[in-house]
Amino acid sequence: MALEGLLWCIGALLATGVAAIWAAHFRAGTPVVYGAALCFCAAALGIAVTCLLAGNSLLGALTLPVGLPWLGAHFRLDSLAAFFLVVVNLGGVTASIYGVGYGRHEEAPGRVLPFFPAFLAGMNLVVLADDAFTFLFTWEFMSLTSWALVMAHHRRSGNAAAGYLYLIMASFGTLALLLAFGLLAGPAGGYAFQAIRAAPPADGVAAVVLVLALIGAGSKAGLVPLHVWLPLAHPAAPSHVSALMSGVMTKVAVYGIVRIVFDLLGAPTWWAGALVALLGGVTAVMGVLHALMEHDLKRLLAYHTVENIGIIFIGLGLALAFEANEMRAAAALALTAALFHVFNHSVFKSLLFFGSGAVLTATGERDMEHLGGLIHRMPLTAFAFLVGSAAISALPPFNGFVSEWLTFQAILVSPALPQWLLKFLVPAIGALLALSAALAAACFVKAFGVTFLGRPRTEAARNAVETDRWSLATMFILVALCLIAGILPGYFIDALAPVTQVLAGAHLPRQGELDWLTIVPVAQSRSSYNGLLLFLIIAFAAGLGAEAIHRWASRALRRSAPWDCGFPDPSPATQYTAGSFSQPIRRVFGTVVFRAREEVRIPPPGDLQAAQMHVRLRDVQWDTFYVPITGLVSYVADRLNKVQFLSIRAYLTLVFGALVALLMVLAVWQ
Amino acid sequence: MAIVLDLLVQIGQMVLVLALAPLFTGYVRKVKAHLLRREGPPLVQPYREMLRLLRKDVVLAHTASWVFRVAPYLIFATTWVAASLIPTFATGLIFSYAADVIAIVALLGSARFMLALAGLDVGTSFGGIGSSREMLIASLAEPAMLMVVFTLSLLAGSTQLSSIAASMQGPDVGLRFSLALALIGLIMVAIAENARIPVDNPATHLELTMVHEAMILEYSGRHLALIEAAASLKLLLYVSVIVCVFFPWGIAVSGQGLVAFVGGVGVYVVKLAAGGFVLAVFETAIAKMRVFRVPDFLGAALMLGFLGALLLFVTMAR
Repeated sequence: MALEGLLWCIGALLATGVAAIWAAHFRAGTPVVYGAALCFCAAALGIAVTCLLAGNSLLGALTLPVGLPWLGAHFRLDSLAAFFLVVVNLGGVTASIYGVGYGRHEEAPGRVLPFFPAFLAGMNLVVLADDAFTFLFTWEFMSLTSWALVMAHHRRSGNAAAGYLYLIMASFGTLALLLAFGLLAGPAGGYAFQAIRAAPPADGVAAVVLVLALIGAGSKAGLVPLHVWLPLAHPAAPSHVSALMSGVMTKVAVYGIVRIVFDLLGAPTWWAGALVALLGGVTAVMGVLHALMEHDLKRLLAYHTVENIGIIFIGLGLALAFEANEMRAAAALALTAALFHVFNHSVFKSLLFFGSGAVLTATGERDMEHLGGLIHRMPLTAFAFLVGSAAISALPPFNGFVSEWLTFQAILVSPALPQWLLKFLVPAIGALLALSAALAAACFVKAFGVTFLGRPRTEAARNAVETDRWSLATMFILVALCLIAGILPGYFIDALAPVTQVLAGAHLPRQGELDWLTIVPVAQSRSSYNGLLLFLIIAFAAGLGAEAIHRWASRALRRSAPWDCGFPDPSPATQYTAGSFSQPIRRVFGTVVFRAREEVRIPPPGDLQAAQMHVRLRDVQWDTFYVPITGLVSYVADRLNKVQFLSIRAYLTLVFGALVALLMVLAVWQ
Repeated sequence: MAIVLDLLVQIGQMVLVLALAPLFTGYVRKVKAHLLRREGPPLVQPYREMLRLLRKDVVLAHTASWVFRVAPYLIFATTWVAASLIPTFATGLIFSYAADVIAIVALLGSARFMLALAGLDVGTSFGGIGSSREMLIASLAEPAMLMVVFTLSLLAGSTQLSSIAASMQGPDVGLRFSLALALIGLIMVAIAENARIPVDNPATHLELTMVHEAMILEYSGRHLALIEAAASLKLLLYVSVIVCVFFPWGIAVSGQGLVAFVGGVGVYVVKLAAGGFVLAVFETAIAKMRVFRVPDFLGAALMLGFLGALLLFVTMAR
């Protein structure tokens, strides 16, 4: 019943997309389309939440007579799918509300409106797909609709290149997934997930499938070094679509990995866990370091998506390692941490992208060096962005901290793993996780501080106005969610119990009934955290301090010019910029990771020219992995170019030669 | 009835750390002055300064926003709560399960986040320089601290600071190489986090060398008093963690009664005095280092913590 309802919602979203082609011609079309998307996503969200809380592992399966004629399209709703549907449709609901306000400023609604509901439908369908063909078809549908949204403002410089790179990476990823499913289906060609689950592949094949799945879904999620398209493509789309791509679509990719590796591949091997966790650790640190070097607000957020995907993969890798060693409770802990971070990241990343969209609307600027002082002109957006920043920096009492805390707890039970490589690797991954958390805080001090605090650096920042009510409402819904998931994490962990029960064969102890809503992942003597109590005590202590001081000491306040050690400068150019803020970190980490070079040219005394400083950063992953490949492709293309200008005789010879070669292959094969 | 008593002990702990923190700062200053053959300000000078600041007007820059005004209260409250969760004189306090040691590190991270933002708020170059350097130091000190935490919690089988202190008292810990590494790492982190020499100088206003003082340059009056209180609470917190986890003798256990608590407080004060003395001697004996030497210093702390944790990972089979 629930599955049928969801499919009806998805169908309605697709119909909305088709209708939007016509509706986009009218001014009233924008709110109507977003309103419709909102209604259908909200309905799907309601169904998904009910299913997840119902706690059954299997909630419905259905075969529709579409797709390949002998296969049909299988759909299945289990608790894992229900959880990811919650993430997808929560993102859909908030992006739709935001779109009502944000979409008014859209200069070409015809390029956005039809694809927006279709993109949402595509993501929903991937999660529900239960055979390889449907999965790949809907995956590609999701990729193409999001590509169309990335290309919505295709005339803006850089966007076309970003879209091109995205298209290549997406097709490459799908190719890898196609091969992975081909191997999973085996020679008999059982493409339904049911058949794959019944006959899991042998060890060697499973290893190849794992690597292919990591390439295919990892490139969509943004695993280093397959992340290069992500920081270009996500910011190029309109901001509510950026939020969906960063907050939700990367989670659909995580879903793909979880479905293949935990569900279809049979029992995991320990080295699979080591590989996934190591990739996660490297991704987390590289993502945040890239983000620190970035001055474009939306691109900084996109790089942080890479970081958070890394954190999620650390959890997934640990879960695989535990599961390979039959440590079910520990696997459930690591998996809960990863999935809770999936939810949390989708919440605060959407919030931050909505905030950056509000800044973009108000100032027309994405470059932080041209912003500043926005807190005075946009106080509510600033507040929401601040909460999002604190949450993504894993600061208590917000939600990002809880999932990172759970990941740390999973790392702390891992000395029990018997494999030596893991014993060396896991503490290193713990150090990478700790480093990325600390660097994320530095990065968001920069992002919030340079954008919203200080003095305005340009006229555009000086004249910004607060954004519209729809956008603000969306942001404050997400602010509330960040706080609620942070102080009442027990209920969220309980909701994940059926998912980990299916995937890892165990679940964390029930948290909702514990005294004072503490969360205790393993045992009371081992570790516990109570966000609610902490939040209340801090609020109480701050309130007490403020009240006491204002009552008994002084509440007088005078405004004056800044002190600045006696040298206040009226020019806002003297304040710290994003570049100068990250300079110490660039000097410490950047010389190795980015081969950063600083070049300072100071004119000789008496010369009135301005001094100049150039900073050169190199993207090592791009140089190592992509430059050789692009070079090779251009070289081969150059050589093959000659083939276009041959005579008819030469072409006939080529065809004949090809035929002979194929026959030879066949003869040898037999 | 029991819960009221537990609550009273917890409130006693909150009051104790708040009351002791400025005294401890004054004590370290006094010892340092004596080592330099100066008389030094009286022990209660930090209280006097704080009271005087509390009574003064706040002079606020035109460009300051609400973040600048709210930050001192939040920084103070967060640091205070973090400090009151340390098992100073008794383990098993009623709120101790609300936040384990990872959460305490993160709470200090929240306070630092607000402080760094406040440094950027007025839009001056000094505030920016302080924030930027503080976040550089934090980006290495926090992972180093977490690595030390890993070592301790693996040994104790718990991340609850209270259980860690209790288990360090127990018979099955003993001297361990990992613990020595963790102790050195923790001391280095504590020096960096509290802006002490050789990382930062709490007494300087020499522009190019200051980190913490640069961030709070624009603060005045009651806001400054709160930030000073938070800074001394943080110093007390770190010294308490060191003395109470690595030298856990004499800590009372919750429910032992009033006499045990009074004894615990007495032992705690003695341990603090010893810790403060060592800190003062160390600070007097060493010169401040350049800002870009600090990453090397903290990198060493990170490596020590990491090695300690790694050794435990490799040697523990459970």
